Amino acid sequence: MHISLFITCFNDTLFPQAGRATVQLLERLGHTVEFRREQTCCGQMHFNTGYQREAIPLVQRFVDVFRDAEVIVAPSASCVGMVRDLYPMAAQLAGDPALIREVESLRPRVFELTEFLVKQLQVEDVGAYFPHRVTYHPTCHSLRVLRVGDAPLRLLRAVRGLDLVTLPDAEQCCGFGGTFAIKNADTSMAMLGDKLRAVRETRAEVCVAADNSCLMHIGGALHRQRAGVRTMHIAEILATTEGDA
Amino acid sequence: MSDHKKKPTPTSVLIELEPKFEQNAPAALANTQLRRNMGKATQTIRAKRANVVSELSDWEELREAGRAIKAFTLEHLDEQLIQLEAAVQKAGGHVHWAQDAAEANRIITGLVQAHEAREVIKIKSLTTDEIKLNAALADAGITAVETDLAELIIQLAGEHSSHILVPAIHKNRAEIREIFMRTLGVRELSDQPKELAAVARTHLRRKFLSTKVAISGANFAVAETGTVCIVESEGNGRMCLTLPQVLISVMGIEKLIPTFRDFEVFLQLLPRSSTGERMNPYTSLWTGVTPGDGPQEFHLVLLDNGRTDVLADQIGRQTLNCIRCSACLNICPVYERTGGHAYGSVYPGPIGAILTPQLVGVEHAGSLPYASSLCGACYEVCPVKINIPEVLIHLRGEVVRQKQDEGGIRAALDPENVAFKTLAKVFSSRTAYERAQSLGKVGQWPLQHEGYIKSLPGLLGGWTATRDMPTIPEQTFREWWEERTKA
Repeated sequence: MHISLFITCFNDTLFPQAGRATVQLLERLGHTVEFRREQTCCGQMHFNTGYQREAIPLVQRFVDVFRDAEVIVAPSASCVGMVRDLYPMAAQLAGDPALIREVESLRPRVFELTEFLVKQLQVEDVGAYFPHRVTYHPTCHSLRVLRVGDAPLRLLRAVRGLDLVTLPDAEQCCGFGGTFAIKNADTSMAMLGDKLRAVRETRAEVCVAADNSCLMHIGGALHRQRAGVRTMHIAEILATTEGDA
Repeated sequence: MSDHKKKPTPTSVLIELEPKFEQNAPAALANTQLRRNMGKATQTIRAKRANVVSELSDWEELREAGRAIKAFTLEHLDEQLIQLEAAVQKAGGHVHWAQDAAEANRIITGLVQAHEAREVIKIKSLTTDEIKLNAALADAGITAVETDLAELIIQLAGEHSSHILVPAIHKNRAEIREIFMRTLGVRELSDQPKELAAVARTHLRRKFLSTKVAISGANFAVAETGTVCIVESEGNGRMCLTLPQVLISVMGIEKLIPTFRDFEVFLQLLPRSSTGERMNPYTSLWTGVTPGDGPQEFHLVLLDNGRTDVLADQIGRQTLNCIRCSACLNICPVYERTGGHAYGSVYPGPIGAILTPQLVGVEHAGSLPYASSLCGACYEVCPVKINIPEVLIHLRGEVVRQKQDEGGIRAALDPENVAFKTLAKVFSSRTAYERAQSLGKVGQWPLQHEGYIKSLPGLLGGWTATRDMPTIPEQTFREWWEERTKA
């Protein structure tokens, strides 16, 4: 399959390793990956913070960049959630019938990485090897907006050497919430505190998720506390094979 | 794109003028007793809910039916309300229309005064909290006695409710014991629930038997028959509905359901979602007046108080589906930790964060739509499928547009506004975006230490107060891609 990578500005700038892993993984599975350099940001941060007029040109830009792509895959549930769940609302707000039509045509072609692997490509064993104790945090957007279900867990269970531990109260939000983490930093931290306790209870070395945004929040606090647990994007684990780990 | 109706300073719904959630939250988060009480109560009730909901194989169909009936009602609200009015009048009741809180309070006070009553008994009612009826009655020299146990505790404590279903959720047994001893003249009392309930019972029994006028809200009213419904647990509501001579019920105009048959849906959805019970202990239904049985005079006050404005908003109107079950509060990770008072509104939690700003105008409650991480748990449990995250995001847009359009130069120079406008420009051009990435790498060097930043200036300081921030790596993804393509 010819896959167009939607890297997301966040991964592009702060977590390029997740993007590199996504490319390596998809190529290893026999697919062609392209990267359209004109892409920047999907507009989620602007839209969800209320700067919606400012987000509309970014929605238009995304549509322009990916208009003719066969499938678009991103290592981020929340950015895919923006496109699938909120682009229609943005296009309505713009009051632009052409944009409304284009968004409708684009939405069914945009996928988050793990749902794409399991539901579209129907692969669970991607040939990965990762001999570490790992716990999985289902991010809110992967769970409740995209409804990826157990796709990430199926992929992780098939990784050789990986010791998967269940995260207690896994479905509870970690408290990131985009600008919520800054605007309501105290409440965000109160939520994060419980997530950190759950992560540490598992005695895992690695906390993994499908969103680097939530992981930056969880990982930033684990690092501050010298907790001895690191965070990784699921693509990084799935890309690792015998010899790398 | 923007159509703001500036609302006058609200006199109802808000407990504080212009509440600022982010300023109220830290004190609530630091209250260890509150944290423990709230955590325990919300976790218990949401486990109960999950349990009874999982018993029904057609729960999703019920939710969809609930949503559809409410959507139909809202679409035909004008005709439905007139039908209700005619049905109530035909059954011997009186119907009053109140455009706002002040008008509703005037009507009710007038009715109580016409019967020369100095005291009224009340059934727990959010709508009467919304219009601040008790204060209006007090101004007219009339004492309102709350008869719901939790509502009574809050009234005796001189506080406001912190939960729409369990108003005293933030109080534990020991605190309740102290309130009763202080206010009801009890000398000896333990903190055993049985003893606490017995004290309240003695106090209330006297009121039930001596008071002439009762005031209630309404869970539902049927347009077809004029039947009004109250759903409760204690039976104190049933006392108020049957013993006094006069009954005055206040309801928001959105509480309508079209037909009696629709109870089939809502009496399954409501108790399972709210108290986590299959059926609530007391469901009272009455249609106008029945000679020789129950109150001989019945008044229904239909309240707008901003609801028609909510109805006019295409995205916001689903808020009026709400049947006040409180499942969204119990599941909300923000509400669980801050409790209800931090919202500064009669309606707290996720539903309050969308309803209150719409009732009073976003300029008066602009912090509430931001009191959420948009985790979406509220939408999943909502029995009438209100997409709360969608409405929150829509209202955030309203908040920003209102500031930008009416806030003048101060709003334009607000650091957040400047930052978002600048970022939008950066993202609108590849070259500007790539230049910003390079500048970020250079700009971060004085702040970084071994791959992390421990302290950021300005707005971003909220992040590094408790979390380290990873630095921008040497090579962005696109730089790697370029290098790889060239190789």
